[in-house]
Amino acid sequence: MQDDNKNIEQMADQIQPSPTQPRQDVDHGKTVGKIMLLVVGMFCFAFALVPLYDVFCRITGINGKTNVEAAVYSAPEVDETRTITVDFITRTHSGMPWEFEAQTRKVDIHPGQMGEVTFYVRNPTGRDIIAQAVPSVTPGQASLYLNKTECFCFQHQPLKAGEEALMPMVFYIDPQLPENINFFTLQYTLYDITETAEDAVEVAMN
Amino acid sequence: MTSATDTTAHVDGEHHDDHHHIPKGLTRWLFTTNHKDIGTLYLWFAFIMFLVGGAMAMVIRAELFQPGLQIVEPNFFNQMTTVHGLIMVFGAVMPAFTGLANWLVPMMIGAPDMALPRMNNWSFWILPFAFLILLSSLFMEGGGPAFGWTFYAPLSTTYSGDSTALFVFSVHIMGISSIMGAINVIVTIFNMRAPGMTYMKMPLFVWTWLITAFLLIAVMPVLAAAVTMVLTDKFFGTSFFDAAGGGDPVLFQHIFWFFGHPEVYIMILPAFGIISQIVPTFSRKKLFGYASMVYATASIALLSFVVWAHHMFTTGMPVAAEMFFMIATMLISVPTGVKVFNWVATMWRGSLSFEIPMMFAIAFIVLFTIGGLSGLMLAITPVDFQYHDTYFVVAHFHYVLVTGAVFSIMAAVYYWLPKWTGKMFDITLAKWHFWCSLISVNVLFFPMHFVGLAGMPRRIPDYALQFADFNKWISVGGFAFGLSQLIFLALLIKACRHQGESVSDQVWDGAEGLEWEIPSPAPYHTFDTPPVVK
Ligand code: HEM
Ligand SMILES: [Cu+2]
Repeated sequence: MQDDNKNIEQMADQIQPSPTQPRQDVDHGKTVGKIMLLVVGMFCFAFALVPLYDVFCRITGINGKTNVEAAVYSAPEVDETRTITVDFITRTHSGMPWEFEAQTRKVDIHPGQMGEVTFYVRNPTGRDIIAQAVPSVTPGQASLYLNKTECFCFQHQPLKAGEEALMPMVFYIDPQLPENINFFTLQYTLYDITETAEDAVEVAMN
Repeated sequence: MTSATDTTAHVDGEHHDDHHHIPKGLTRWLFTTNHKDIGTLYLWFAFIMFLVGGAMAMVIRAELFQPGLQIVEPNFFNQMTTVHGLIMVFGAVMPAFTGLANWLVPMMIGAPDMALPRMNNWSFWILPFAFLILLSSLFMEGGGPAFGWTFYAPLSTTYSGDSTALFVFSVHIMGISSIMGAINVIVTIFNMRAPGMTYMKMPLFVWTWLITAFLLIAVMPVLAAAVTMVLTDKFFGTSFFDAAGGGDPVLFQHIFWFFGHPEVYIMILPAFGIISQIVPTFSRKKLFGYASMVYATASIALLSFVVWAHHMFTTGMPVAAEMFFMIATMLISVPTGVKVFNWVATMWRGSLSFEIPMMFAIAFIVLFTIGGLSGLMLAITPVDFQYHDTYFVVAHFHYVLVTGAVFSIMAAVYYWLPKWTGKMFDITLAKWHFWCSLISVNVLFFPMHFVGLAGMPRRIPDYALQFADFNKWISVGGFAFGLSQLIFLALLIKACRHQGESVSDQVWDGAEGLEWEIPSPAPYHTFDTPPVVK
């Protein structure tokens, strides 16, 4: 015990000329700076997750999202040995008053073959509404092999009060579609985006 | 593992006379930069929040006492579950741990104070405002947040009230406070250890808090980003989480749980540290497997970043992802098991005594393990499809959080309180507090497993008739647990008035570590001259 105490006092003299101050040899500012970099980095990382998530989902097809721009028809040949069944489901988001229906509920199609399905929409209300259709494929992996050369979901869909319309969707299935998928569902959900897309309207409606 | 001497080395020089008188009154607490004062403030704040959040739980249990809607409106019920969760997580458990860190980390590593005392004052004093804002939102027209503590989009965006802006603001303040607290802990531990206090000699409480602080630094900014996105989606027309605008509500869940899972470890790692301090003391043995404890803590922290989607099994992930998250989650129970094993091995053939802190510690070990086991059940993807969003999940996280985190905090308070006040607390009251809490907490949470397995959904103010008997008992347990905490309140008030027998410097006869070598009560300033650790 005695020795220890002597030790302490010696050490204290060497290290700590002014006992109230934190240890002199270290610069807290530097440590804080490094940690702040981490804080800012993680904040940015969280925002970076948004595009990363999209890219990740697009590459893996996990989310069942289809491409948002028209594909160019480039199938080498039609694979007549396989027939794929595609189901079409339509729904409107809650609060969206339109009638929305696929005129063909189901198609049997060979990979590589072009297919066309028409969707019927009607705005039964007394006000003009702009809609956006959001597609989703189940199982998600099939979305990687579904190529749409034309789709109403690529644009906003404005309808005046009481108007109705037919909207085409042209597609083909990549012959590379994995063997285990013989059936998939393409679902469209219609959202009312009138409020957020107000300025886009003028252009679209004229 | 650490042995040191200081005690008599309080030879304060004449050049800092301000050290000898402690400022009095309100300004002492407002302007204090003393780590012990700030620790006390944090702990009292946490306890008050614990009572406020507890009162909300009483509202929830009163409504669920019987089937049918009787006491509160469903919308108010939702506000209660939401704000109860937010307050307990961000207002009670996290500030309590920060308070303990403030009191103990400098004393345990032989530092005179926290590294950044002024920031320390700020990080505490912004907290009451955060919770004032959150609580006052309950009185706004349309009510406070009602979307669950997890604030999933689109509940918090499309379907929430205007008070969401206040919610976002208050979460930002809580986040800033936590980050400042974490920075302080890291800088203190990195730069202010006494000579000879190498990393592998640090007490486990210090180790676990160091790792927790890094978790906080890593994920609190992610939470801040998540609430910011909710704010802009709701008020400024962005579409991070809105499918119509090209966003994705599932993305919200990914971001939230990327924060959320590490967050649950933020609430349990310091608890592991506390138990690792208490068990050796009352076993009169060194902690079994010190190094493995450190590595287990670090691996739990690292793994916690790759398991978040176990909260999202039912969102329709591909099978490969479900498998990955299932296995990664189960892996976490390996280092967790190592810890439980080490505590039990520490007690094995020890010369055990059962003082109050030890009783809480043993209750922790047993009951936390029950929570870990139900976690393991939830980690099994196919069965989680049935358990998800039922009371089984509620049972799970209350076992790990109440009988885990909260019990550890109580154990810590009982363990170090005599050191803080210099007096032994009222042991009779403490025994009452322990036994009432222990029994009622199990009456409260254990039957939740059964109603959950039978399909009772969480966060719903009403339930099917077959759950009535169980819910009655759950509510009775809830009220009893709530009342038991008033015993604790009485005990704490007595302790703060310095009633009771004086204690020795070491307080508990098996206690080891720097904090037990300074006088009791701990002087306002300790280790102005650093001790030498050998
Ligand atoms: C062996 C360790 C653990 C495992 C395997 C585990 C597993 C899980 C799983 C799979 C869920 C999701 C259940 C669902 O929503 O269907 C869950 C929920 C939860 N766990 Fe754990 N857990 C563990 C430890 C912990 C710890 C230590 C804590 C906190 C101290 C914790 C806190 C929570 C919370 C708060 C929730 C619910 C979040 C919510 O939806 O509100 N868990 N756990
Ligand atoms: Cu988790």
